This record gives sequence, structure tokens and C-alpha cells, in this order.
Amino acid sequence: MTQRRMAAIAAAFMTLVSAPFATAAELPKEIKIATEGAYAPWNFVNSDGKLDGFEIDLANDLCARTKIKCTIIAQNWDGLIPSLQVGKFDVIMAAMFITPKRMETIDFTQPYAIDPTAIGVAKSSDLGKQGPSTEKIKLEDEKAAQAAIDKMKPALKGKVIGVQSGTQLLAFVKKYFGDVAEVREYKTTEQHDLDLAAGRIDAVVVQQTNLAAIFAKPEFADYTAAGPGFVGGILGMGTGAGMRKEDTALKTAFNKAIDEAIADGTIKRLSEKWFHADVTPVK
Amino acid sequence: MIDPGFFLEIFPKLVAGLPLTLKLCGISVLLGFVLAVVLALAQQSENAFFVWPIRAFVSVFRGTPLLVQIFLIYYGLGQFRPNLQALGLWWLFREPFWCAIIALTLNTAAYSSEILRGAIRNVPRGLPEAASALGLSRLLTLRLVVLPLALRQALPAYGNEIILIVKGTSLASIITLTEVTGLAQELISQTYRAMEVFVAAGAIYLLINFIIVRALELLEIKLTPYRKR
Repeated sequence: MTQRRMAAIAAAFMTLVSAPFATAAELPKEIKIATEGAYAPWNFVNSDGKLDGFEIDLANDLCARTKIKCTIIAQNWDGLIPSLQVGKFDVIMAAMFITPKRMETIDFTQPYAIDPTAIGVAKSSDLGKQGPSTEKIKLEDEKAAQAAIDKMKPALKGKVIGVQSGTQLLAFVKKYFGDVAEVREYKTTEQHDLDLAAGRIDAVVVQQTNLAAIFAKPEFADYTAAGPGFVGGILGMGTGAGMRKEDTALKTAFNKAIDEAIADGTIKRLSEKWFHADVTPVK
Repeated sequence: MIDPGFFLEIFPKLVAGLPLTLKLCGISVLLGFVLAVVLALAQQSENAFFVWPIRAFVSVFRGTPLLVQIFLIYYGLGQFRPNLQALGLWWLFREPFWCAIIALTLNTAAYSSEILRGAIRNVPRGLPEAASALGLSRLLTLRLVVLPLALRQALPAYGNEIILIVKGTSLASIITLTEVTGLAQELISQTYRAMEVFVAAGAIYLLINFIIVRALELLEIKLTPYRKR
């Protein structure tokens, strides 16, 4: 083997290795987006064997806006972040929460979905009479948040609130309603739904997409959502698209596309189609 | 790996669940014991009308897991709310605490009645016969002769049953009661340190059971004066 040939092979090898990273600073023409394909209605495999769901629709919309050709693939949840880092695909859209821990390894776009809290109560209860509201309140906006909570507090005084243990919702309920109501913890949301129907507890606090699914069942005909939805603060930063840290141009493009999709109501329309609830992030 | 500072931090938090754990096992052991005595005595009669329903109750509660019993009493009966309200029993089944008490009581009554039934059988026949020859009524014979002897015989096996109920209270955490195990699970979901938290929770149960074992040993010595040296 001549030296020149070796150099050529080495050069070819180098381009091969660096290929996934070559487009770091400039916007790529083609990308692969990975999802889990097992978390309906966010992302799942439909009866035709094709990927479908809120995030699939949204991914296609964002790709059209950025004029990038996208291929959407399914990938095991555990392998999502490692595979992104070695360059098997370029974007994760798999109902992944933006957390400080994950941000140590990868980067996220701004959230494209934030599932607000929802309180489910009997229609005849004090809080049920206040009725549902489509308003969303950021916990960071302390004044507005406190005002909304103070409005609900008297109706929850001495009541029992059911919430799933180990969740941010539990932290939220304890922090904002723990002083007036009894908080009861459940392993699963199905269990507190049963107790709500049995009248053992007066309210459940869940996420709006979850409440929409619960109240679709006939045995909850006399129950309603009440009050505004809360987002942010101890509830976390919402769901965003994961990317490699060096792909800054792609992140900028996606952030701009998400801004547009929020502004023109695309996210609202898609989320009502898939969740029967509105998960549009609050700006 | 194990951080003593962390233990000191979680221990008081877990101990906060101790009163509930003690209440659960205390009340259910007491009620269960009374029920067990009644069931064991009722089975001494040869009347099938009494005996068969009791046998059925005992085999159901001994033959199914306590976890399933707690689930059925809490979530299962919760779906019969209108019927229970009509019976005026809903206040009892509404509260997770009383559902846990009911499940634990019935469970321990089933096991203990078997322990007592065997112990009563083992009282030598001649003793109650001698008592009635002395002119003692049946009730007095039972109270002064049969039961003291039977209870002393049953004590080691019954001690086991109390310990099992202490550990059984940990299942109450699945129906939203935050006793020691419930608090432990809550702490784990906050700290992700299962090892330390469960070791600390286990130590609390070990301590309770150690005290119970010692107390029963002392009681056994007191009840068998002729063995004292």
C-alpha cells in the first residue's frame, strides 16, 4: 500500500466520521427526527404501521416551515439521547421534558408543548360552580398566580385533594394548597380517579391532557375541570425538541418555526385534535 | 456510599409515620384478637350452622394475599358506594384508615382463630371435666381454666402473628396512608436514594418487632411461673 493511498483512505475515513458533525454551524438540508412511537397520543404507530400523533404532525409542520427535508424514525426511549449524540439522527421529538439534568448532555429548543395543571371536581361542588377556564397562568408571574390560587383556596378549604405521588404535580399541590386542603397521594392516576368517582376525595390535580381523557368516560359525567391551568415554576419547563449542543443553526431555525406555529395557532389546532386540550406554551 | 448525615436527615422524617403504623397494628391486633377468640370458641361447638361459615371465612382470608384484601376492601367496595350509603356504612368505608383496619383485623382474626382453636383443643380434657366436677359453670370453666391454659400455649405462635401484622401495615401505603413505608416511598421519589431510605425504614420495623418479641418473652415467663428457676 502506497503512502498516498493510505492518506486517501484516511481522508475518506475522516470525512465519514465527521460527516454528521459537518453541518454544525450551517443549516442542514436534510435531517432525521427520532421519536419513541409508543406514547399515544404524542407519538405512536397507527393501525397502518405508520408513525402518527401530535409530535409527528408538529414535526412535519416545523420541517415545512424551515424548508428542511425530514425523515421521522422510531427509536427506543432509552437509546434516544445516546444515539442523538453519536449522530444517528439530529432531533428528538418524543414527549421529552426539558430538564436541567438532560441539558447537561444535550440542548433543547424552546418548549413546543406545556401541559398545564387541571383540577377535576364534582359539578355540584363550590369549585365546580366556578367552572373551567381556558386561562393559563405562569407560576413565575407570582402576582397573577397568587391571585388565581387565592380565588380557588376558599372552595378547597378542608377538602381532600388526590394527586399522583412522585410527580411535580404533588409538589405543586403541596406548595400552593397544602395549607388549606388535605393532600392524598396515589400510585397511579387511575386510583385517584376511582376515589374521585367514589366520593372519597373531593378533587384531583392532573395535567389537562390527562383530565380530558378521564372525563371522556361516562362515569365522570357529573364532574368538571375548574379554574385556570398553571404552568412553569416547580412544574418544569415543558416539552421541547432535543438537539446536539453544536447544532446551533438548526436550533435557531426550529425556535423560529415554533414561534410561528404558536403565533398562527397551529400548535393549538394540533393539540386540540390529539389531546382535546390546549398545550400551547405560554410566552 | 452510605452517608451517615443523610440517615440522620431521613430518620426523623420516617419516624413521623410511626404513630400511624402503631395505630394500625395496635387497633387491628386488639380487634382481631377479640374476633379470633369468638371464632375459635364458636368452632368448639359441633354445630355446622356456626362452623361452616367460619371455616369459609378463615380459608378465604388465609388463602388470599393481604394486598389483594386491602385492594378489594378499599377500591372494590368503593364502587358500591350507593349500597353502602343505604346501609349507613359509607362513613367507615370512605376512610382509607378504617378500610386498612378492617382488612388487617379480618386477616389477623382468620389466622389467630386457627392458632387459638388448636390451643383450646390441646387443653387436656380432664381439666375442664375436673372444673365442672367442682361445680364451676361453663363460662367460669372457660375463663378460669381453658382460656388461660390455651392462651399460654398459643403465645409463641400468636407472637408470630403480631409481628406479621406489624409488617402487614406497610401495605396500607397503597391506599394512600402515609405510614412508615408510605413516607419511605415518598422520600425515595424525592431523593432517588432507595438504599438508605429503605434501610432506615427497615430498621424502624426491626425495632418495633424487637420490642414486641421482648415483651412477649416477658409475658411468657410471667404466665409459666412453674418454669422459673
